[in-house]
Amino acid sequence: MTLDIGTELLHHAVSPAEPLRVRLAAEHVRLAYDEQVVVDDLDLELTQGSFTAIVGPNGCGKSTLLRALGRLLRPTSGQVLLDGRAIARTPTREVAKVLGLLPQTPVAPEGLTVGDLVARGRHPHQSWLRQWSRDDEAVVAEALAWTDMSDLAGRPVDALSGGQRQRAWISMALAQGTDLLLLDEPTTYLDLSHQIDVLDLVARLHAERGRTVVVVLHDLNLAARYAQRLVAMKDGALVASGTPAEVLTEELLAGVFDLEARVLADPVTGTPMVVPVRRLR
Amino acid sequence: MATTVDVPARGSARPPAPPLRARRLGTLVLLLVLVAAAALASIAIGTRAIGVGEVWRSLLDSSLSGEEAVIVRQLRVPRTVLGLMVGAALGLAGALMQGHTRNPLGDPGLLGVTAGASLAVVLAITLLGVGTPGGYVWFAFAGALIGTVLVYAIGSAGRGGATPVTLALAGAALSALLYGLVRAVLVSDQQTLDSFRFWVVGSLAGRDATVAAQVAPFLAVGLVLALVNAPALNLLGLGEDVARGLGQRIWLARSVGLAAITLLAGAATAAAGPIAFVGLVVPHAVRALTGPDHRWLLPCSALAGAALLLVADVLGRVLARPGELQVGIVLALIGAPFFIALVRRSRTVGL
Repeated sequence: MTLDIGTELLHHAVSPAEPLRVRLAAEHVRLAYDEQVVVDDLDLELTQGSFTAIVGPNGCGKSTLLRALGRLLRPTSGQVLLDGRAIARTPTREVAKVLGLLPQTPVAPEGLTVGDLVARGRHPHQSWLRQWSRDDEAVVAEALAWTDMSDLAGRPVDALSGGQRQRAWISMALAQGTDLLLLDEPTTYLDLSHQIDVLDLVARLHAERGRTVVVVLHDLNLAARYAQRLVAMKDGALVASGTPAEVLTEELLAGVFDLEARVLADPVTGTPMVVPVRRLR
Repeated sequence: MATTVDVPARGSARPPAPPLRARRLGTLVLLLVLVAAAALASIAIGTRAIGVGEVWRSLLDSSLSGEEAVIVRQLRVPRTVLGLMVGAALGLAGALMQGHTRNPLGDPGLLGVTAGASLAVVLAITLLGVGTPGGYVWFAFAGALIGTVLVYAIGSAGRGGATPVTLALAGAALSALLYGLVRAVLVSDQQTLDSFRFWVVGSLAGRDATVAAQVAPFLAVGLVLALVNAPALNLLGLGEDVARGLGQRIWLARSVGLAAITLLAGAATAAAGPIAFVGLVVPHAVRALTGPDHRWLLPCSALAGAALLLVADVLGRVLARPGELQVGIVLALIGAPFFIALVRRSRTVGL
């Protein structure tokens, strides 16, 4: 598709025989708000085409890590590399052509239409003089259609239901046309069926559009079901990383979440499913 | 499927909402007509009744030197031009302020512009004996600039740097201090109070063409900065994180916006005194028609501000014949009910 800057990058940077190119990496990052160190000396590598979920208890630093990966928070030491280049020294507009992000429950100004919101995703590809091109037009129309939002394009975002609203924001991220997509708890405040709806959409972005996805998720069962790789954090440190089956063990749940739990096979997908017994401690 | 049609590749072209686009164009045309009508009324209507034909001849034929032609050319035209400039600047500054603070009560006065200008004018009167609107201009403008710079310095001293919230807090605190100083001078000096009270209500009267010429360059720069700021404001409206994610440099957008607000509101206050309500009401009314896209909202707010200020000025001349009511007072009288009506239409308030 015309949207994918990624295919172009892939052709000259990576041969098909070498699929595990690292796109985004944290190297010894220390993240702090003022004096308060939230994450210390953390390493993480995210490869081309991967779908990673970051999980952990409240306050473990997972959203903070995501902010650093998305250059919203500058590490006090260490660095974040995007395609091998320090993200802090890359012009933010260049980053925005490769890496898109959605914060938790973003808010659109009142009266902003879905079409206008999605159109704003084209900003990194525009200049003040060249505001709007036929390319932008086509990409926005395509993003709306792909997320099934075309019929709602003229509606104000604030008039949508929670699930539709999240689809609109994801549509904007799609229109941005980035290879990498970072999502901070995209299912917050949604009922279960809309959580599934949003995560299905993200999974399609990964499978059909080749996006490299990193998502912070609270729900372990959904994380195990959708992500190829889980990264578990506790107290600002990376505790475990691997496939959902490798990470979601009863020992880890006890150690990271203070939770006594059984881990069964999800009867639908076969991925690990956590059934809580009681809180430990 | 996509409902879009081919739209010419223009900055203002938005894809999927033809009704909205038509409404925006309609608003723009309506405002242009309003501004033209208000400008003509402002030239034609005054304390002294001058026939429309006489007004027209005075404008077209510069060789006429009768008393009426002189009134039209040397008093009413400069006053109208100044009204257009001040109104447009206030409307624009208000729209910028509300966009940057994402606060529906955002007003340029929040940044210390009015308080700084007020203190500077009071000091100019009491210490230097300055006594004409033309004489106040530079003092008021310098005061407005210093006030804003101080607010910015205090507001960005904290750990997070300058955010709309810290700026509003610093502005409120500094304004309280500066107004305290203003009152301290006024209480002790009757003569200064007499001069100051005519400045502080806000008026277009008694300003000759030189005042407009003095502030024009600043307003021009402010206008350009404001329009350049429009796409960035659209992104900031989605929240700072999303804006940064879309490649916007936040500090750059904020600096350009603050510079524009300071120049526009500072120069307008310097020229006409503190005029409330235009910066507050106009962006609300315009937003209800154009939606939140600042590429439409900013120019339309400028036009609406110009029209509103001129209409208020003309009303002041008509209502209190043969004297006149200062435009600042008229605006407060018509602005307050208008604002209450806007608030009651709940959808226009949120940002």
